[in-house]
Amino acid sequence: MNRHLISAEDLSRDDALLILDTAEELASVADRPIKKLPTLRGRTVVNLFFEDSTRTRISFEAAAKRLSADVINFSAKGSSVAKGESLKDTALTLEAMGADAVVIRHSASGAPHRLAGWVRGSVVNAGDGTHEHPTQALLDAFTIRRRLRGHGQTQQGLDGLRVTIAGDVLHGRVARSNVLLLSTLGAQVTLVAPPTLMPLAVGSWPCSVSYDLDSELPKSDVVMMLRVQRERMSAAYFPSVREYRRRYGLDAARMARLPDDAIVMHPGPMNRGVEIAAEVADSPRSTIVEQVANGVTVRMAVLYLLLGGAELPAVAQ
Amino acid sequence: MSATNWIIRGATIAGEKPGDIAVSDGVITEIGPNLDADKHKAQVLDSDGLIALPGLVDLHTHLREPGREDAETVETGTAAAALGGYTAVHAMANTEPVADTAGVVEQVWRLGKAAGYADVQPVGAVTVDLNGHQLAELGAMADSAAHVRVFSDDGKCVADPLLMRRALEYVKAFDGVIAQHAQDPRLTEGAQLNEGEMSGRLGLAGWPAVAEEGIVARDCLLAAHVGSALHICHVSTAGSVEIIRWAKSKGWPVTAEVTPHHLLLTDELAVGYDPVFKVNPPLRTSADVNELRQALADGTIDAVATDHAPHPVEAKETEWAEAAWGMTGLETALRVVHQAMVSTGLLDWAGVADRMSVRPARIGRLTQHGTPLRPGAPANLTLYDPAAPAEAVSPSGASKSRNTPFAGMELPGRVVATFLRGTPTVLDGKLTRA
Repeated sequence: MNRHLISAEDLSRDDALLILDTAEELASVADRPIKKLPTLRGRTVVNLFFEDSTRTRISFEAAAKRLSADVINFSAKGSSVAKGESLKDTALTLEAMGADAVVIRHSASGAPHRLAGWVRGSVVNAGDGTHEHPTQALLDAFTIRRRLRGHGQTQQGLDGLRVTIAGDVLHGRVARSNVLLLSTLGAQVTLVAPPTLMPLAVGSWPCSVSYDLDSELPKSDVVMMLRVQRERMSAAYFPSVREYRRRYGLDAARMARLPDDAIVMHPGPMNRGVEIAAEVADSPRSTIVEQVANGVTVRMAVLYLLLGGAELPAVAQ
Repeated sequence: MSATNWIIRGATIAGEKPGDIAVSDGVITEIGPNLDADKHKAQVLDSDGLIALPGLVDLHTHLREPGREDAETVETGTAAAALGGYTAVHAMANTEPVADTAGVVEQVWRLGKAAGYADVQPVGAVTVDLNGHQLAELGAMADSAAHVRVFSDDGKCVADPLLMRRALEYVKAFDGVIAQHAQDPRLTEGAQLNEGEMSGRLGLAGWPAVAEEGIVARDCLLAAHVGSALHICHVSTAGSVEIIRWAKSKGWPVTAEVTPHHLLLTDELAVGYDPVFKVNPPLRTSADVNELRQALADGTIDAVATDHAPHPVEAKETEWAEAAWGMTGLETALRVVHQAMVSTGLLDWAGVADRMSVRPARIGRLTQHGTPLRPGAPANLTLYDPAAPAEAVSPSGASKSRNTPFAGMELPGRVVATFLRGTPTVLDGKLTRA
């Protein structure tokens, strides 16, 4: 494993499986009455959030705390950053405080790359601009494997599974990371979006591309719906929310086109009634709540592996 | 810096046999073999193996003064220019305040006179405060002591087609030229990197080639329509080359420049998000680089222009999207052209003289620069050692800024000396006055 987790591209199949398998071991902790392991005691994890994302921040916070790390939450609002401090100076401050890992969320693509050049600790990308969100992809892969391959599986990829990802691919960091990671793990990924929300050179990505959700659904073991921001409408990416929902929204009728065992995923937060209908989000096919729980587990695995914590009781070899 | 006479011994004027060049009172007095130093009362500069080029002329330099003296001043920028072999630079108008009045262009012109490293020819803004709406007083700048002939809103595009038409027409009265920064603003809102495989992969908003090409095409048509001179700044795409080639084939009054960085670097360098590679127009693909080289070789593109854009450290030590656009280029331009054009066999040294001195001087309406090295010509010349072993680039410290994308890159050649009107500004690769 690299010292940092910045892009899903940096993960080999073995790296990815190691993280998923470690998460599988750690998953058992979540079922215990006392959910805490001593492995990262005395280590400091900084959550550096330049962008509001309560769900991702608390997921990382819970993960670090369950491993007994000290957690410092640093949010840009009301901090020196809001007064114009540069990312570099913030990085040097954290460095001086002895951060062993910095979890960074930033609106600028590539901010974690820059940060990694300025701090000694590990950098974990918790979403950078319209680039990547690798731990989201890892938790999605973990969720898919658990649902479709069964709990407790290790050493298994996602070979042969057909995953359809639908929504704003152009601005979607979740889509980028998932294409890279899921294809590394052997899945066949298809992206579905209106052409305006697809990157121009998407043909070079390790996936197929379609503009027609209906034709992809019967061929999908997994369908992942991505949030579509309403403000894209004003920039003429699509004519109206109504038309977007009609062509690319997953409603009950569309869900019925899926194979029997297929699952529906969403990284949240959802726009109910836009890209996903309430009855789909709340259906038994939906993994949305599991994804949240798995997020904590997978982030525990990432922090554990990056910080080289003491050996896990359950993974003694 | 006394008015010494010089004999430049054994240099090769590009395209000719090695010989001696005698310089006196700012003028080339004699060219031939074995000139007599005593007769000329001259100091001898041994220049065996060196190429003599007419002093380089840059059509596109950001000297930052007035306003951003933390990034560059006229003095430090022209010092860097001299080290790069330049004897004249065109100072772009996007200073603070903008060079949109006779007062500001005269100030810049006077600062250039005072610095003395290279002639500074101010470029005037096309519109007031680069606002794109109201023509600046182009005539006043033309009539000023700065004698402005090139007008540009560089950094911004004159996007309004009617305003562009008027500007082109208006400057006909004093043989002016409009230098366009071709960038459709709507097609590049939030743009960060060439739109293509890299922008998609890195999640950086795309700057599509068509945003340049659309303006290039429109402005070529406008220039033809009103019969006035258009110059296209920093051409960066294969498509623009095709359009310019077409416009020239029709005999339209269009000229174009390319930067050294667009001749050598591609958007793949953005992979680590280091903003030293962030420049406008953005680095493009290797297919574009190849086409730009061919176009410079065949003359479709007239000139190499640096777009030297100094920035303080903090403007680049930041996230990509936050970082300032631009890179320095004066000190490395000739070496880059050597690497991209001469080493590849696309251009000989006479061609380099043409594209880096003769034609830019003609486009900039400079009569005292870019003249062939002949007796009677102003002694503006550059001595270049093409055989100097490739050495990694490191900023000399002459420029106030260090944002060179070539740092650490091995480039061939070395600028040995630069003469401005017979006076060396650079000898043995160093400024003659610190």
